[in-house]
Amino acid sequence: MDLTTTYLGLKLRTPLVCSASPLSQQLDNIKRMEDAGASAVVLYSLFEEQLLRDRLDVEESLERGTSSFAESLSYFPEPEEFNLEPQEYLAHVERAKRSVGIPVIASLNACSSGGWTKYARDIEVAGADAIELNIYNIPADAKQTAADIEGKYLQIVRDVSAEVKIPVAVKLSPFFTNFANFAARLDEAGADGLVLFNRFYQPDIDLETLEITPNIVPSSPSALRLPLRWIALLFGHTDASLAATSGVYSGADVLKLLLAGADATMLCAVLLRDGIRQIRTIERDLAAWMEKCKFESVGQLKGSLSQINCANPSAFERAQYMRALTGYRQASAGPP
Amino acid sequence: MEVKKSSNGPQFATIDGNEAAAYVAYRVNEVMAIYPITPSSPIAEWCDQWASEGKRNLWDTIPEIAEMQSEGGASGAVHGALQTGALSTTFTASQGLLLMIPNMFKIAGELLPTVFHVTARTLATHALSIFGDHSDIMAVRSTGWGMLGAASVQETMDFALISQASSLRSGLPFIHFFDGFRTSHEVAKIQLVPDAAMRALIDDGLIAERRARAMTPDHPVLRGTAQNPDAFFQGREAANLVYAGCPDITQQVMDEFAKQTGRSYKLFEYVGAPDAERVVVLMGSGAEVAQEAVEHLNRKGEKIGLVKVRLYRPFDCARFVQSLPASVKAIAVLDRTKEPGAAGEPLYQDCMTALVEARPAGRTLPVLVGGRYGLSSKEFTPAMVKAVFDNLAAAKPKNHFTVGINDDVSFTSLPVDAEFSTEPDDVVRALFYGLGADGTVGANKNSIKIIGENTPYCAQGYFVYDSKKSGSMTVSHLRFGRQQIRSSYLITRANFVACHQPGFLERYDMLRDLVPGGTFLLNSPLSRDEIWPRLPTPVQQALVDRKARFFVIDATSVAHGSGMGGRINTVMQVCFFALSGVLPKDEAIEAIKKSIKKTYGRKGEEVVQKNLKAVDNTLANLFEVPLTSKVNGTGGYLPPITPDAPPFVRNVLGTLAAGRGDDLPVSAFPRDGTFPTATAQFEKRNLALEIPVWNEAICIQCLKCTTICPHATIRAKVCDAAQMDGAPATFKSAAARAPEWKGMRFVLQVAAEDCTGCSLCIEVCPARDKKESKRKAINMAAQEPLRVSERENWKFFLGLPEMDRRKINTSQLRQQQIMQPLFEFSGACAGCGETPYLKLLTQLFGDRAVIANATGCSSIYGGNLPTTPYAKDAQGRGPTWCNSLFEDNAEFGMGFRVSLDKQRDMAQELVIKLAGTIGDDLANQLLHSNQADETGIAEQRERVAVLKQKLQALGSPEARLLLSLADNLVKKSVWIIGGDGWAYDIGYGGLDHVLASGRKVNVLVLDTEVYSNTGGQMSKATPRGAVAKFAAGGKPGCKKDLGLIAMAYGNVYVASVAMGAKDDQTLKAFVEAESYPGPSLIMAYSHCIAHGIAVDIGVGARQQKLAVDCGQWLLYRYDPRRADLGENPLQLDSPPPKAPIKDYLLSENRFKMLTMSKPDAARQLFARAQSDVDSRRKFYQFMQSRTLKVEPATPVEPKITIPVQPSA
Repeated sequence: MDLTTTYLGLKLRTPLVCSASPLSQQLDNIKRMEDAGASAVVLYSLFEEQLLRDRLDVEESLERGTSSFAESLSYFPEPEEFNLEPQEYLAHVERAKRSVGIPVIASLNACSSGGWTKYARDIEVAGADAIELNIYNIPADAKQTAADIEGKYLQIVRDVSAEVKIPVAVKLSPFFTNFANFAARLDEAGADGLVLFNRFYQPDIDLETLEITPNIVPSSPSALRLPLRWIALLFGHTDASLAATSGVYSGADVLKLLLAGADATMLCAVLLRDGIRQIRTIERDLAAWMEKCKFESVGQLKGSLSQINCANPSAFERAQYMRALTGYRQASAGPP
Repeated sequence: MEVKKSSNGPQFATIDGNEAAAYVAYRVNEVMAIYPITPSSPIAEWCDQWASEGKRNLWDTIPEIAEMQSEGGASGAVHGALQTGALSTTFTASQGLLLMIPNMFKIAGELLPTVFHVTARTLATHALSIFGDHSDIMAVRSTGWGMLGAASVQETMDFALISQASSLRSGLPFIHFFDGFRTSHEVAKIQLVPDAAMRALIDDGLIAERRARAMTPDHPVLRGTAQNPDAFFQGREAANLVYAGCPDITQQVMDEFAKQTGRSYKLFEYVGAPDAERVVVLMGSGAEVAQEAVEHLNRKGEKIGLVKVRLYRPFDCARFVQSLPASVKAIAVLDRTKEPGAAGEPLYQDCMTALVEARPAGRTLPVLVGGRYGLSSKEFTPAMVKAVFDNLAAAKPKNHFTVGINDDVSFTSLPVDAEFSTEPDDVVRALFYGLGADGTVGANKNSIKIIGENTPYCAQGYFVYDSKKSGSMTVSHLRFGRQQIRSSYLITRANFVACHQPGFLERYDMLRDLVPGGTFLLNSPLSRDEIWPRLPTPVQQALVDRKARFFVIDATSVAHGSGMGGRINTVMQVCFFALSGVLPKDEAIEAIKKSIKKTYGRKGEEVVQKNLKAVDNTLANLFEVPLTSKVNGTGGYLPPITPDAPPFVRNVLGTLAAGRGDDLPVSAFPRDGTFPTATAQFEKRNLALEIPVWNEAICIQCLKCTTICPHATIRAKVCDAAQMDGAPATFKSAAARAPEWKGMRFVLQVAAEDCTGCSLCIEVCPARDKKESKRKAINMAAQEPLRVSERENWKFFLGLPEMDRRKINTSQLRQQQIMQPLFEFSGACAGCGETPYLKLLTQLFGDRAVIANATGCSSIYGGNLPTTPYAKDAQGRGPTWCNSLFEDNAEFGMGFRVSLDKQRDMAQELVIKLAGTIGDDLANQLLHSNQADETGIAEQRERVAVLKQKLQALGSPEARLLLSLADNLVKKSVWIIGGDGWAYDIGYGGLDHVLASGRKVNVLVLDTEVYSNTGGQMSKATPRGAVAKFAAGGKPGCKKDLGLIAMAYGNVYVASVAMGAKDDQTLKAFVEAESYPGPSLIMAYSHCIAHGIAVDIGVGARQQKLAVDCGQWLLYRYDPRRADLGENPLQLDSPPPKAPIKDYLLSENRFKMLTMSKPDAARQLFARAQSDVDSRRKFYQFMQSRTLKVEPATPVEPKITIPVQPSA
């Protein structure tokens, strides 16, 4: 049985890719991912803000209170070299590449274009096989139009694509007026793949301190539905690879996404919850189902239930919503 | 160090004296035992840093660096290293050198070659001083060491090598000394000693011979024997020839050094007219000043000379006499030390001996006088040198004189012509007034480097700092010239003066030193049109009088606009180069940009870019203000001390506060170093741009704000409503919420002019506006518009009566906090983590506290002149405070206890004896008073007052004696206070002994987990993984558990507290500790600027909470009294950890830095830090859960009885 897939032009053994998470901060985990059967790994994110803040923080911190009092003209030894991000990140990419045979995809998390985009080139030089560009922006400025925001996104993609020769995937939120249109424009701007969808840190309220506390809640299996829909809608309409992330917990989830048209399925929450070993279980379940249903290859599966290939194209649009709603009402009414 | 390389010629570097000494010491040693002490700490810091970076010495190995627990330990370790064959050294000064004396006698006695590099510093006598003089090196002149003194940064580097080579060749250990601060901290452009010269001077054969003499079981020897009268004396004389040969050897090394480097030195070097009749003799940096003066005066036709003493020990009498011109008729020997009671100061006596011994028969001696100058870095100028020569010209020169002060008590001082100057016209002289940490000093050091490295100019920089740690002013003195700069004194004739902080304008006369036609640069937000009328009148007048050029830049806006935050360093540096003409402007700007890339490159491109942007923005915003003759300013300078201060505070301390202390005569000072307390209240520093403002409607009166306030500038009182009559219109109060105070008014008031604006109070305030969550019960608002009204409010607040202490329940923070703090407005860092504990201590026990304070931050903000934060209550009672030393504080405090107890016992004995006269009832009450609470203490005070009245009427000797002792009948609270450097390291032996003694002393350890006062060196309290000086790679070992060690005694009350995490637990611990009848030890977690956190913006309390929440800092109380009740003495007050330790570690730069400098080490150490926390918690839980039968540990006080009078 052929489980291979092509994602961002990279030939992968299976569609099971580990998505960006704290797990990949440790080299041992990356090796364990490979051992458990991951076909590629997306490293944890290097944040644009982090690139700037780390430098400014260190500088400010080393200089705070200095040259004020004759006995304590400074408070820290000043190392000759700082392994600031991205140096540490780049070293991590290098180490990861040396340690595993599977493709290593670096992740850059950004919200604006600017000088930082040159780090994409550093990442390429460090040996990454591809870059996943996680564009993360909560538009809160009422004066900013949707067109402005989309324009910024496209500029970031153009800037980063211009810096590197390795493929660039773009990880996005679903919050666009017409995602299909925007996906096409990202494709034009140079995106080699679309990763659907990223999850934002959401604010929470601490009732003890009455303060806002940001945190992240792992995706639930139901989160799968959103990428499922959009992958199915985009399949066949874009040259970019399609990857699904959020809510991928089981072999069944993977199958559904592949049927919708995903080239790769990203695993994160399930690995945090059940351990890296779980990749092997998911692969086994995937293969078992294909065996049972007489599918010979992932290529055969891919997109067979996408909008353009499925028997009922409207199933992914509003008509399906109407039907679901009607069905729900009937079901909840119960038997007479 | 940046080295300017040329293809063949010498290499230049612009460095300070400490780095110059370290440069050589590092290359020629293998083992360094170090300990921090100002001003030598940076030498050790350089060596430690180079070792951590893997730099190698002459023999291609990385020297081993070991931080010890004290200088005594360092000298012992060096002694051991020398005995076993390593090339070993250490660096120290002042008290540190004194602690080395025992080992120094041993090292010399055993003829072990080594060099100790000493930044000569004042010894503590009537006061501590961190500044420079020769009292420390003179105190060790009898140890038998060679002593070689450098006078400049160049000589410091050169003599570091010459002393090393001389030591190896002669077999004598050497002290290489140079003046603390004046040379150790002066930045100068010097020629580096090439490695080849070091190789040429240091004979590997001699090193091999030394190693062959080292202790080894392979060819064993016996050293350190004990000898009897039959042997010792001869043995002591056996090394005479070594001493006799040493001067020749040293001169030979100097001659070889000259061949290698072209710089030639003599043991006694004569400078001046060959036929001079008057000569001065001195050593150290003063010799450079004297040379400048001698050369200047000789050019004007004088015939005078100078002998610079280089090798002070062994003192080569013959060479000294030979160095004098035959024409000499009068000699003045200047000593930078004082030996009270001696026939003369040491160098004077040596010179006198040499002359007398060398006098040919029948010839008269030249006149020889001795004088003192420059104690504690007191300025020593060419004008003073001239005064010394003028004295020698007198028919009967004054002997044992002083110069540089006005001695109106014993009239030793020489008159000095203040107008005399030798400053050459071709030297650019610039003065910069900056605020500590605003980057001024750093930028100026950088400017010196730029000029040093890009031009043939010589450069010199010297920096003067404030005695306060918050809102402190720095003054940079920079000189640039074509000739060698020997001016080791402050600039008083500046071509360029820059004021980097507009607030200084109204406080300091910065134009005093500007020459006519000079340039004044001001950082100000005001525009070209606004600026002139907003200047203080004297500033306008000075600018007009001097026909100065006046330039303005809004550096703060330019810095913000360039992404630099509040750091104006680059902006002001660009202005200096654009205006001073030291370099052509374009060339200078190019050099600055190059330097920015070099300096900040390793910190990241963003830091470089923002600095480059600042350069361009500066040039676009700098403008000249044309002077008008209209002097119409805002009035005079603000007084440094408020007019209501007592005369001594106003006249003496006020003059010191104004920076004019040099003008005070000897008679202004106490002869024993005693000063009044309660003086900080008169120094209104107006540091805060924003101050807290109370919203009485939201406030829940919890008083967490007053508890945490490090400067006691937010205060509460509860009064009768009638007392609000006459309150200023903006004075606020609210109905008191505590049921006990029903009907009374609660007042919260801020001392607006004393507040530092740290906002810790806002951080801890739990009360929020229900409608608008961001508003709390206190909120920050601009100070300036509130200054006048709040000054009035504060005055009214102070006038309100304090509540009777007997009515305050000290077990509740919200009540206890209305007690008057007797520690206020200290000069500690804004947002300091230590001072809230001291304030609490003084609220609870201040009116009867006797404090022994170890040297460190707390002794500096507690006792550095001009003023002290220790205060008095309305009855005139308050803490009495003294700092003895760093190393002996526990013993010093125990001395208080023993003495006070003895005097109490004597008083009680006398009460018993006089019972019949003073009345048995009174006597019984005096002897058996229960002073466990405020009521008991108040009643005993009343009894003592009655007793004193009765005693006044009695004339007997016993009555008079009891009168002098009676106050001891009221309980005194002895507090032994210090930092972790003292308690965990240097003072640990003493502390351990005092705790073991069972005496009733209270020990408060303000644990910042690092040597904060000397700049962040590792102590044994430093946690694992923290980056500190001497632990650049993160501290590998875990924090010492001092509390656990103390608990092992079983009869010591021990508490570990963190006010920012649990303030009520802190309060409980203080009350319990003080009430415990044996020794108590409180370890108080004190957040600190050395943790790499923004203490000045109120994050300290949050960090304390985080430290507790993740288990890094355990809260507990161990009370042996509980064992008497059958309970476990240990109470763990920390909840189980809520977060992984990493959350805390990454929030402080001391840990986070390691993830950037050594990520692999960080991963390992952080993991171990987590297991430290886990296992420590488990262990304490186990201790707490044990059910042990513990024997009562409370010491039983003997019952005092009045004997029945037999006659009755």
